[in-house]
Amino acid sequence: MSRRSVTQQDLPKVAANGLIDRRVLLRNSALLAGAAGAGFTGIVRAAAEPLAVDDWSMKIGTGVQPYSTPSRYEAKVIRTLANPTNPGNNQARTPHHLLDGIITPNGVHFVVARTGAPDIDPAKHRLLIHGMVRQPLVFSLEDLMRYPMESHIRFVECGGNSAPMWSKEPIQADVQALHGLLSCSEWTGVRLSTLLDEAGVDPRAKWIVAEGADAATMNRSIPLAKAMDDAMLVFYQNGERIMPINGYPLRLFVPGYEGNMNVKWLRRLKLVDAPIMAINESRQYTLLLENGSAWRFYYPMEVKSFITRPSPTMQMKGPGFYEISGIAWSGQGRIAKVEVSADGGKSWGMAAMQNPVLPKALTRFRMAWQWDGRPVVLQSRATDEAGNVQPTRQKLIAERGAPRTTPPVTGFPMGHVNAISSWGIDAKGAVSHVYV
Amino acid sequence: MSMSKTAAIFAALLLGSSAALAADMPKFGKPISESDAAAWDISIGPDGVGLPAGSGTPAQGSMVYAAKCAACHGPKGEGGAGPRLVGGAGTLAAPAVPVQTVGSYWPYATTVFDYVRRTMPWNQPKTLTNDEVYAVTAYILNMNGIVKDGEAMNKDTLAKVRMPNRDGFTELYPNKF
Repeated sequence: MSRRSVTQQDLPKVAANGLIDRRVLLRNSALLAGAAGAGFTGIVRAAAEPLAVDDWSMKIGTGVQPYSTPSRYEAKVIRTLANPTNPGNNQARTPHHLLDGIITPNGVHFVVARTGAPDIDPAKHRLLIHGMVRQPLVFSLEDLMRYPMESHIRFVECGGNSAPMWSKEPIQADVQALHGLLSCSEWTGVRLSTLLDEAGVDPRAKWIVAEGADAATMNRSIPLAKAMDDAMLVFYQNGERIMPINGYPLRLFVPGYEGNMNVKWLRRLKLVDAPIMAINESRQYTLLLENGSAWRFYYPMEVKSFITRPSPTMQMKGPGFYEISGIAWSGQGRIAKVEVSADGGKSWGMAAMQNPVLPKALTRFRMAWQWDGRPVVLQSRATDEAGNVQPTRQKLIAERGAPRTTPPVTGFPMGHVNAISSWGIDAKGAVSHVYV
Repeated sequence: MSMSKTAAIFAALLLGSSAALAADMPKFGKPISESDAAAWDISIGPDGVGLPAGSGTPAQGSMVYAAKCAACHGPKGEGGAGPRLVGGAGTLAAPAVPVQTVGSYWPYATTVFDYVRRTMPWNQPKTLTNDEVYAVTAYILNMNGIVKDGEAMNKDTLAKVRMPNRDGFTELYPNKF
């Protein structure tokens, strides 16, 4: 195969500023032969240094451990902690800029925990189902784990994720700080409807109050229709028992709904005819609007996406080929398409979506890009199978009123912020958070 | 599983009925009476259903507050390590920077009792008596000008308290979805 230097004009463009047809990445087209065979980089690189045999190839390595931990060279792939010394409001954010694929490793799953992780003895833990039922029931964990189980890959997103985007000025921080209250795992457990059927739900019941066994005894009202639809009681997270801070030994799982409703350390489900107006549905997790009124009971997390690479605080390595990569998700089903723009939203090209594309799960998208070294603004825009399109920042502001403050990056001035994120790249290759 | 049982399940599937399947689901729950579950049943509705016996005045609550709450929430509910509890009236609409406190924002007084009883004091949750919870609730509402001096809170009076921002919310479920 003959090799030649490739220029930007050689690659099939789909949008301004160097975005390249996704079929190049999908590797199912004649485009690949031409483009990949041509070498992609477009810049002449210095020859590599001569190779030497490395030290680690010449001695026995570390013995196998009962439970693996990442390489010491990956020490930065950790959660950032807010208020680590105050268990009153622990938050831990997932480092999406350092991860790939769609599964969040359990050790870096995001956390919002108000009173720390309770040390629950699974042999003593009980679940009570009562209220408007034919027969109140108590289950041990052993009881619960005898029912038929199923596994689903689903995201969990805090209702307050991306709140730092709701600022007068663009907050300069990485995507871990801006969008890190989001994770995706394979969750395994039993269907809640199975247990509700066993207790016999009174036809007048319309809601379920779910309550945890933690010190806060956190509670939320869940619509019964959701409980009977796809809600689960889960025991496993990515194949192993749920981490203590994520709800061990038992968590309510309501796919697509805001994270706080997936009650951790679940101990009680009470069937009622009206919502209980707990603090986390009447004070927290409400959205204050411009006119002073507020939305509440705003459950499904809306369609959203952001680019993880390149993203703010990163530095480009000069002009040439890059893969733009990111994640998209919707609490209302599958992602139907993700588009990427390199000119601040004036022109868009279709990104390649990596399988699997699952409902209420993260979807990884990729876009080939030939950067010419001039300033650009990168954006991604997701559309879900229900037809919901990720809105611009301007559209969200038109609905809710403009941000009133520039809050700290850990602040929560607004919830359910799903606006398009804009990453600016300057002529020196520095990536920053911008508004367009 | 016997052949006849299998046949019955298939028949039910064909008929689109889940009755036979439901009958075949395992049942591992152990029956319990509501009275035996009472120690866990701390739910309180916005209509006051579930509020326990007991009573407390703002004056009584000020003593409990000073001892158990002020360290985090400030001597007058102005906030500190914990959230501000008092004030903020008139700040909800733009362009004001919103101050969302019990007085300015919370729609139901029952939620104050419920949250204090289940979660507070932060380092000693569930240690206050019901009388103390009523008293602290009365004091917080009193500092916000919602409950008068000397007005005792109990399961009847608390349920009747009308919070200033009671009608400040729009419920998006289930109409939006």
